[in-house]
Amino acid sequence: MLHTVNKSPFERNALDSCLRLAAPGSAILLIEDGVYGALAGTAQSAKVEAATRTHDIYVLGPDLKARGLEETRVIGGIKVVDYGGFVDLAVAMGTVNSWL
Amino acid sequence: MSEEPVFETEGVVKKFMFVNRKAPYGTIYPLEILESVLISAAFDQDTSVAFLDDGVFQIKKGHDPKELGMKNFSPTFRALAGYDIEKLYVEKESMEARGLTPDDFVVKVQVVPAAELGKLMAEQDVLITG
Repeated sequence: MLHTVNKSPFERNALDSCLRLAAPGSAILLIEDGVYGALAGTAQSAKVEAATRTHDIYVLGPDLKARGLEETRVIGGIKVVDYGGFVDLAVAMGTVNSWL
Repeated sequence: MSEEPVFETEGVVKKFMFVNRKAPYGTIYPLEILESVLISAAFDQDTSVAFLDDGVFQIKKGHDPKELGMKNFSPTFRALAGYDIEKLYVEKESMEARGLTPDDFVVKVQVVPAAELGKLMAEQDVLITG
């Protein structure tokens, strides 16, 4: 399963709920305002970093770029993908669960 | 026959604070607030702008939303000084929780702790938050 999260973890609890419920081995893609959850050195970073050990976590590059967030600020275990990568993940992982 | 109401607005100056709490590009709120800031400036009001919660990301340097088909509105914050809007505040706690420093911002701001920003809010005639 592919989980997508499009809300900032500083404003909503969508990422918290996703991390609590996503089965180990499932993929999580951070998109739109969800990309703030991929940043290192924030009050949210520790739990996301911990989740990279049990899940494949991705972040959508164009949404980082739009917000002026350099890829160097992304947590080490998170992979940056483009729109093509988003499609590949959706195809490969089967069901998509959108945490809105 | 009813008479047209008369509003005496000439020369009335109120203290307006616009409070930005949302991240850019995910919703339309930040752009709408910015439009309102510019309108208040056109009417020569005593305007200040605050950034807290995810609103601090609105003034992060290096926005490039071309691939989203959206316009980068962050340079407009630098133009506010030209409209005599020079009171820009960032809440210290929100900035630090997001791993940001004043060097990350496109515009010069005053970084103030929550308690101090709360006092500034209490001094306003009008608060518009989004």
